[in-house]
Amino acid sequence: MRGFIALLSGTVFGFGLALSGMMNPTRVRGFLDLFGNWDPTLAFVMGGALVVMAVAWRVQKVMHRPVVCEEFSLPGTKLIDAKLIGGAALFGVGWGLAGLCPGPAVASLASNIGPAAIFVAAMIAGMALFRVTER
Amino acid sequence: MGAAFSLAAFPDAQPVEGLIGGLLIGLAAAIMLLGNGRIAGVSGMTARTLGLTKGTPWTIAALFVAGLIVGAGVFMIFVGPIEATFAPHWGWLVAGGLITGFGTRLGSGCTSGHGVCGMSRLSPRSLIATATFIAAGIVTVAVVNLFGGAW
Repeated sequence: MRGFIALLSGTVFGFGLALSGMMNPTRVRGFLDLFGNWDPTLAFVMGGALVVMAVAWRVQKVMHRPVVCEEFSLPGTKLIDAKLIGGAALFGVGWGLAGLCPGPAVASLASNIGPAAIFVAAMIAGMALFRVTER
Repeated sequence: MGAAFSLAAFPDAQPVEGLIGGLLIGLAAAIMLLGNGRIAGVSGMTARTLGLTKGTPWTIAALFVAGLIVGAGVFMIFVGPIEATFAPHWGWLVAGGLITGFGTRLGSGCTSGHGVCGMSRLSPRSLIATATFIAAGIVTVAVVNLFGGAW
């Protein structure tokens, strides 16, 4: 059942990404092109997602456990350190260079396998590199 | 009315599709949160699927990641083609992918985990991470444009 919930969540997520225009790297790049030809679409996507999730967090607070799992497994760390900021800054650079973040990149394996596979393979290499340097 | 007026300045924007798509993305994250009690973070779930991190049960991570591809496929079958113009050279994709992969692991999240799930929870970590990656993205695009690399 929890596998079904995960698949459902991923599928709705992928469909939403496709509808939102966020699987178009030029459009995402356009959002980051604040000093050029700015495209505000991503702000609407983020706004819509945040409204629903803000409600979901209110619901979560009064739930004793998730619907199909024993307990909530949510990040509890409050630490704001160089790892968080450095990692986010690096991610922003990568996002700006390719116009892709992990969600749209993975979903694009369905629609544009050539460029998506190049980006996702490189992304996995970057994740593996982190795993090596972590130790 | 006011929004429509100001949006006339951005003829390429798709605010309606963006908003509905965003509501669906929020719904997807809510399904993961309330159903499985977890954050729908794509970078973390992808790393977990590949065995590059621990935590989330593998089945949940792998099916979530597979669902992203299925969801885009369902869109193509029932709605239509997905418009996309990628960077003009594969070098952008390799560089962007490498840095994104490393950065999202180091910073513990990306647009979905920090941006959607963390910000809506008002997590200070996620608010700072999101502000940082958006700022870094804006600077990166501005610098690329400055050197004539706009696409």
